[in-house]
Amino acid sequence: MIEQDIPFWIAIPASVLMLMAGFLGLTGSLGLLRLKSFYARIHAPTLGNTLGVMCLLVASMLVNSYLASRPIVHEVLILLLLFTTSPVTAMLLMRAAVFRERTGKKD
Amino acid sequence: MTTLLIVSAYFAMLCCVGGMGFASVRLWRGPTAQDRVLALDAVYINGMMVVLIAGVLFGTILYFDIALLIALFGFVGSAALAKFLLRGEVIEP
Repeated sequence: MIEQDIPFWIAIPASVLMLMAGFLGLTGSLGLLRLKSFYARIHAPTLGNTLGVMCLLVASMLVNSYLASRPIVHEVLILLLLFTTSPVTAMLLMRAAVFRERTGKKD
Repeated sequence: MTTLLIVSAYFAMLCCVGGMGFASVRLWRGPTAQDRVLALDAVYINGMMVVLIAGVLFGTILYFDIALLIALFGFVGSAALAKFLLRGEVIEP
């Protein structure tokens, strides 16, 4: 647990950002569960992939920078990695889905 | 104020674990193979978020490396599986 006392101008934005991240991740996964077709479902988790992770990483940057009393920004690495690789995965999966639907593979 | 941060971190962790549960249900049920690959990708991202929230909660930056590796291997796994579904093999000669 965090032993140090966090001032309110760190704690309140970090709390709001983390609540938003959790809510967005949950919403994305719920959409993945509930939508009807694959082409609708592929849209849902991108919400948690991009916006949720971004909120969480900004909150983590705030708290860790205060605790270490110096700016810590290496969480940006995860952000760059996800923002470059998530569309690649989505595009490959979409092409695979179109190809499999056209050739009629069912499993 | 630290209590507020800890409570919201626990709530966000609970939400991410719930998201992992939903994605696991889709992984179990998914009608086609590409649904399962998508659900596995969502499980990876939600697990990475759980690890990052644990890093905020314990106040260390050690969890950052684990989260980066999870994101990297999640991308590699999903891209390899999607390539396999598309072409029938992963590394083509």
